[in-house]
Amino acid sequence: MKVEAKLLLALGLFFFLMGVAYWFWSHENAGSLMLVASGGLGFLPGSYYLWWSNRMRERASDRDDATIAEGAGVVETFPGSSIWPFTLGMGAFCIALALVFGTWFGIPAAGLVIWALLGAVNESRRGGAEQPSHHA
Amino acid sequence: MLVAAGGLKFGPLHAVGYSRRVPQPTRRTGDAGGVTRSARRWGVGLLVLAPLVLSGCSLSTFGADPSPTTTGRETFHLWQGFTIGAIVVGAITLSLIIYAAIHFRAKRQHEDSVPRQTQYHLPMEITYTVIPIIIVFVLFAFTIVVENAVTALPSVSKDNTIGVQAFQWGWRFTYPGFTIVGETTQDPILEMPEDENVRIVLTSLDVVHGFYIRQFNFSRYALPGVINPFTFNAQRTGTFFGQCTQLCGLYHSLMWFRVKVVTPADYTAWLSMQQARAATLSASAAGQAVQEQTSAGVPIRPDYGGGTN
Amino acid sequence: MTDFAVGIAGVETIDHDVAHVHVHEHEHEHEHDEPAGIYKWLTSTDHKVIGLSYTITSLVMFVIGGFLAELIRIQLTSPNATFVSFAEYNQLFTMHGSLMIYLFVGPFAFGGLANIIVPLQIGAPDMAFPRLNALSYWLYLSGSITMLLGFVVAGGAADFGWVGYAPLSNAIYSPGAGADLWIAALLLTGFSAIFTGVNLCATIFYLRAPGMTMFRMPIFTWNMLATGILILLAFPVLTAGLIMLYCDRHFGTHIFTVQGGGVPVLWQHIFWFWGHPEVYILALPFFGVVTEVIAAFSKKPVFGYKGMVFATITIAALSLGVWAHHMFTTGVVLLPFFSIMSLLIAVPTGIKFFNWIGTMWGGHVRFTAAMLFAIGFLVTFLIGGLTGIYLASPPLDFFTHDTYFVVAHFHSVVLALVMGGMAGLYYWGPKITGYLLDERLGKIQFWLFFIGANVMVMPQYELGLLGMPRRVASYIHDPEWATLNQWATVGAVMMGVSTIFFLVNIVYSWKRYPAGDNPWDAQTLEWFTTSPPPHHNYYALPPIRSERPTWDYHHPDARSLVHGTSHDAAHPEAAT
Repeated sequence: MKVEAKLLLALGLFFFLMGVAYWFWSHENAGSLMLVASGGLGFLPGSYYLWWSNRMRERASDRDDATIAEGAGVVETFPGSSIWPFTLGMGAFCIALALVFGTWFGIPAAGLVIWALLGAVNESRRGGAEQPSHHA
Repeated sequence: MLVAAGGLKFGPLHAVGYSRRVPQPTRRTGDAGGVTRSARRWGVGLLVLAPLVLSGCSLSTFGADPSPTTTGRETFHLWQGFTIGAIVVGAITLSLIIYAAIHFRAKRQHEDSVPRQTQYHLPMEITYTVIPIIIVFVLFAFTIVVENAVTALPSVSKDNTIGVQAFQWGWRFTYPGFTIVGETTQDPILEMPEDENVRIVLTSLDVVHGFYIRQFNFSRYALPGVINPFTFNAQRTGTFFGQCTQLCGLYHSLMWFRVKVVTPADYTAWLSMQQARAATLSASAAGQAVQEQTSAGVPIRPDYGGGTN
Repeated sequence: MTDFAVGIAGVETIDHDVAHVHVHEHEHEHEHDEPAGIYKWLTSTDHKVIGLSYTITSLVMFVIGGFLAELIRIQLTSPNATFVSFAEYNQLFTMHGSLMIYLFVGPFAFGGLANIIVPLQIGAPDMAFPRLNALSYWLYLSGSITMLLGFVVAGGAADFGWVGYAPLSNAIYSPGAGADLWIAALLLTGFSAIFTGVNLCATIFYLRAPGMTMFRMPIFTWNMLATGILILLAFPVLTAGLIMLYCDRHFGTHIFTVQGGGVPVLWQHIFWFWGHPEVYILALPFFGVVTEVIAAFSKKPVFGYKGMVFATITIAALSLGVWAHHMFTTGVVLLPFFSIMSLLIAVPTGIKFFNWIGTMWGGHVRFTAAMLFAIGFLVTFLIGGLTGIYLASPPLDFFTHDTYFVVAHFHSVVLALVMGGMAGLYYWGPKITGYLLDERLGKIQFWLFFIGANVMVMPQYELGLLGMPRRVASYIHDPEWATLNQWATVGAVMMGVSTIFFLVNIVYSWKRYPAGDNPWDAQTLEWFTTSPPPHHNYYALPPIRSERPTWDYHHPDARSLVHGTSHDAAHPEAAT
């Protein structure tokens, strides 16, 4: 986890410094803001990973000498096949069409999106949500 | 429109645009291949410096135009330098790619063997990291020099300031302090004096356009709401072709203009002639109509053929 | 060897497939009874099925976009052609660019190849968020359909170029529904890309197999990680910009219009802040593909693996600081900053080039179709890269901006990427489908494409220097440009024919040549599993002691070497 954290923090620091330098050199608002914000996008997950990596046992995937046997057991929980992504996607499609052809497309859009969200949540509850997520 | 065509001495439309690839006689004496071949022995570093050393001597144009303007000329020399660098770097890299692929191709006796599994060679890796960095900073140094020259805004005399307004789909050229009736948007011509700094003040009346004069080796966006100043200093008279380069809608491909570089005396004469014409025209009703049409910047050009819609 | 023994013993006990069992506990009887037919494709959350859907859809977009390109090239064969009208021409090149960039190259790379290959390369059972992955695909498909709907609505498709510069793209200058469809399509595909980016990063961070440390990931996976991060940084900016544009068009805001106090050039800042990282979002995956292909067909490890990783990260980092080199001629950007940042990208790219050469150096290079495409990529990308250096220099950009020089430059680059993509398909196709593609048809396809690509771009460089602007439907002022344009059209037609050979190859090779698990004697982990891989990918994993576990398994005596030293740095435990 430490490599991931350092990677993100380094990128964030680079974007942040570049943003600051760019601001003092150009005084251009939009680009400076976007660069500094990009720095934030590096810091946010990077600092979390760093914080977390100091508190967790090193994972088998972080150790040079880990054996496959250490990964035995449940790797993760994965959902089986599900219709809800498709339903949600079609809902989003209707939202996009509503942007173009008129708000009446919003009615099927809202229906599909709500149906899909309920369905997906319900599916997760019945499915793997209670399963152990990591077992090294 | 009709007024303009009658009153001005235009060159034939295609006179200059077609001759663009023909280098000036003084530049034809050299053999580019020879220069490149002999210089290759001196290594990459020297070759990037070559354009400076050779800028006075003969050297291939590499397809670009030795521009009539001072800044265009500097851009042209930068082009030559970059091209020499690119040819050298490209030739070396390409030969390495082809050599590696051909020389190390798998042969029959290799079927059951594996090659030596070399993965790292630190001195080599450092070498091909450092050399590109040096090349980049050399290129950047030349770039900065030329860039400062091209974007410089030296002072110009008041008469040499020309306003350019781009619109869908034409150009209007204004000369602050003068009323130019002859300039129409149908067949716009930008008059400028030879061997003097000319300030172009560019803007757009609607969408983004690109003000591009081929032989001046220069283009600049015409942005709505932005005044974009830059300077030309043309070293010879002639008519040069300009065109919109930034997509601006339906008739983008027909949004032309011409630049006519004349002697300073002719330029002054032309300006005063325009003044006189304006005075005459404003006395008549027809003339006023022409003036109004001119200044309104009427969108035009649907009749140039092509697939009009 | 102990690790290895555990690996074998683990065929049943080391159960990456246990998750599968757990997930399906509530429907035990269906555990090995996945839905079939259409319903399978609609509901699958398997990264391989979704990736294949992505690949097929994006190739359809490639064919449509290529067809539009041929129409463009036909129009340009004569100075004043009436093959299409000006209005139709503007729609053609806008949709050609939009299809190729938004709907083909990117989705093909990060939705198609990466989706299938990244989990396999790191020994993961699936992507981290399989249902999100499926949603990505459906958003992408709806976005593609939305984009194409432009051709059937009144007023036609969007016609302001794929960059949609404001104010040309606002409601006054582009009032039609086509423009709104373009925006809606990009919103859909934008969210699709963001979700895929999330998925890639999470998968790579959390689902690596034991021993698969970050610095043992294959270069392709590293490149996809960099791509994923770039997607997360860049695409939200585009999405925000599109929403602003939509508000300008419909809700009376004046963000990009001067009349209401807005700033048109802000659109260019926002667009290119996405647009230049996007170039590397398109390019990095194919850098990765080519790296894998060259290593596999040279029978050597990736030369300078760590240098390659740092070059990738450097390119990704620098790519965020170069957006305004697309705006040099606006006169309102800081030229030296963007110039040096853009030039600096040549350094990591150069490192990659020499690493590719170093990988071939001293190897046993096999000229399969995939390898030919990879070498074609190197040559074509070299040309595109070198001409890109010109464009990083503001004076030379003033000279060539918005002329065919730029068109030729980025077509060199993008056509090289397409060759990289083809290399990927010939290389990984057997892993995905279980069957090889025909090599002879592949080689014909390669030569047609490679020669066609260069026959097309070379006259375009020349046309750019002569002063031919981009996006012109006619050049009646310069009829002598017809010859060069006709050569470019010849090149484009060759590429079209090449694509026909590709489609024929797919049909011809359908279930003809069974591939086996590792037809190329390739090195990375994905070649350890079956072709096609089972549900959740692996029955067993080999010990992972380098970035190429499959090679270590098959060639235990041929390990990576550091030049000049005898010990084995890549395998520290082997030296002790």
